[in-house]
Amino acid sequence: MTRAAVLTGKHFMHGDHACAEGALAAGCRFFAGYPITPSTEIAEHLAARLPEVEGAFIQMEDELASMAAILGASAAGARSMTATSGPGLSLMMENLGLGVMLELPTLVVDVMRGSPSTGLPTLPGQSDVMQTRWGSHGDFAVLAYSPWSPQEMFDLTILSFNMADRYRVPAVLLADEVVGHMVEKVIIPSEDQIEHIGRKKPTKPPDNSTYKSYLVEDADLVPPLPFAGEGYHIHLTGLTHDERGYPDMTAETHDRLIRRLMDKIQKNADDIIRVEGYELEDARIVVVSYGCTARSARSAVLQARAKGIPAGLLRLISIWPFPEKLIRDLAKTTDHFIVAEMNLGQIRLEVERVAHREVKGVHHAGGAMIPPKPILAAIEAVAK
Amino acid sequence: MITQAIVADKHPLDDLIRADRMPHIWCPGCGVGIIMRCYAQAILDSDIPLDKHIIISGIGCSGRVAGYMKLDSYHTTHGRAIPFATGMKLANPSLTVTVFSGDGDLAAIGGNHLIHAARRNIDLKVVCINNFNFGMTGGQVGPTTPFGGFGTTAPYGCQEQPFNLPTLLQACGANFVSRWTAVHVRQVKDDILYAFSKPGFAFIEVLAPCPIGFGKSNGIDDGLEEMEMYRERSVLIQDATLSEEEMGIDLRGDRPIYVGHFVDRDRPPFTPAKAVQA
Repeated sequence: MTRAAVLTGKHFMHGDHACAEGALAAGCRFFAGYPITPSTEIAEHLAARLPEVEGAFIQMEDELASMAAILGASAAGARSMTATSGPGLSLMMENLGLGVMLELPTLVVDVMRGSPSTGLPTLPGQSDVMQTRWGSHGDFAVLAYSPWSPQEMFDLTILSFNMADRYRVPAVLLADEVVGHMVEKVIIPSEDQIEHIGRKKPTKPPDNSTYKSYLVEDADLVPPLPFAGEGYHIHLTGLTHDERGYPDMTAETHDRLIRRLMDKIQKNADDIIRVEGYELEDARIVVVSYGCTARSARSAVLQARAKGIPAGLLRLISIWPFPEKLIRDLAKTTDHFIVAEMNLGQIRLEVERVAHREVKGVHHAGGAMIPPKPILAAIEAVAK
Repeated sequence: MITQAIVADKHPLDDLIRADRMPHIWCPGCGVGIIMRCYAQAILDSDIPLDKHIIISGIGCSGRVAGYMKLDSYHTTHGRAIPFATGMKLANPSLTVTVFSGDGDLAAIGGNHLIHAARRNIDLKVVCINNFNFGMTGGQVGPTTPFGGFGTTAPYGCQEQPFNLPTLLQACGANFVSRWTAVHVRQVKDDILYAFSKPGFAFIEVLAPCPIGFGKSNGIDDGLEEMEMYRERSVLIQDATLSEEEMGIDLRGDRPIYVGHFVDRDRPPFTPAKAVQA
């Protein structure tokens, strides 16, 4: 018997599988990917599940092809995704930039492992944060969310699809090996409880005039997007283009286009950004963390509170765009930031940039979770 | 004698060409426009609605075809037109998806995608314009440059053996493989039209003059001269029983250039797996 697209109920579920189920619940019906640890379970799960919901699964020859294929599927109107890890994400950077330039929504799940290069294939890392932000050439902006539990592997996969469609941009789910391979309770709501934000479509039927694929008429800076085969005869190109999608090799058009692609994300940041605070109200010391490391950070904050230290946790659920306004506001009301992350300071540098102060980091290059102890020690050190 | 001007309100291809993008970027003597014309005519002759014809290109001179066709058209990254097209075809199988690109885009940077798409026998129609060089960047040698041919990155002659594309595609598993030249406009049009109706991976190689890129380094800097060479030296064959050596292209001397259909078979095309009903 084939199963439904939305497996409503309480499950004890593997994080990678929860991501795959989130994708199906979000209406994703196309997956193209290449096997890579520790994300392979997502591909395996969807290889079994997509045919049950009349979706298409294809294993491509590499990650370059996988990223290109999910953009092609997106252009045809499908919610599409791939899943990979750091080495694969590097190969996807080329066409991530194409997705930004064509403004095609899609989802890349990156289950991060110890990097660079082949690194630690089976062990966790969080060091693809800056690759996601800057890895493709040029100035560009994508969305990134970072789950800290199998439940969020489900929830944030859905959110990522919705936000990608809403803002016509690729999204990256920055998971890590710990969260991807963890088995925990996952609650899947009923189908009617799952939020669905579709793409903005043209309001007028096609006529013989040249359709302007990049004509922006709304304050959100997002142009509507027809699907292939709907009769609009659109042209999308990775070249710098005008409102018609036609190549325009001028500095003025280029500057206008790239600024809009950046502003489209930045001006809608309040709608995109998700954070969660613990004990933040009266905190003087703010620990910033995300993904699996935030689990240890929360424990450290609770232990500090038990010792009477006014610490709080700011958990970044979204990573990109960076919550600049929030960090600036917290910088005014608190004494110290500590960033805990499984890399050597990628988000710490962002907090320093925005807060205009030196920020203490609790870092590890990857391979094992940062336990609560060093984070608590950092809190105690700045509390003195 | 009174000469009467023939005035037509409409060119037969008006509905298919983005007139607001003219003039095009191609050099005098270039073969790409001729082959684009064949594609446009094949679309007109097909019974598939215009809205269902999709063109996807990679990067390079041939890759610019997508931008001139008044269809849903996608100009992607260098070498990645085939995987982009793969995603599109699988997401909406009702579309007729044609990939239009050059030898450098498809066989160099996109070579891995080309062979795997042919192996899968995915239902895509690929028109590969082979002008033996990277024309857009100014005449560098590529994987189809004949041994000994010259280019700006091979001033002493190309030291590598070229791909023989029809033989490669035959070995990979494509359902339909043919080779023509820019002289064979009727055959190219007919093959594209035939490929529209034939399920599976179709690969149509068209040898084309590039007087500015390839020609200038190789003594054929006049497009017409190269067209005449193709007309004189093309030898039609009906099956692919020739050896790989004979099938290779050597522009020196008077060696024949074999053209025609090399593969026309009915292997099952790739379709996504269906769930087995228990």
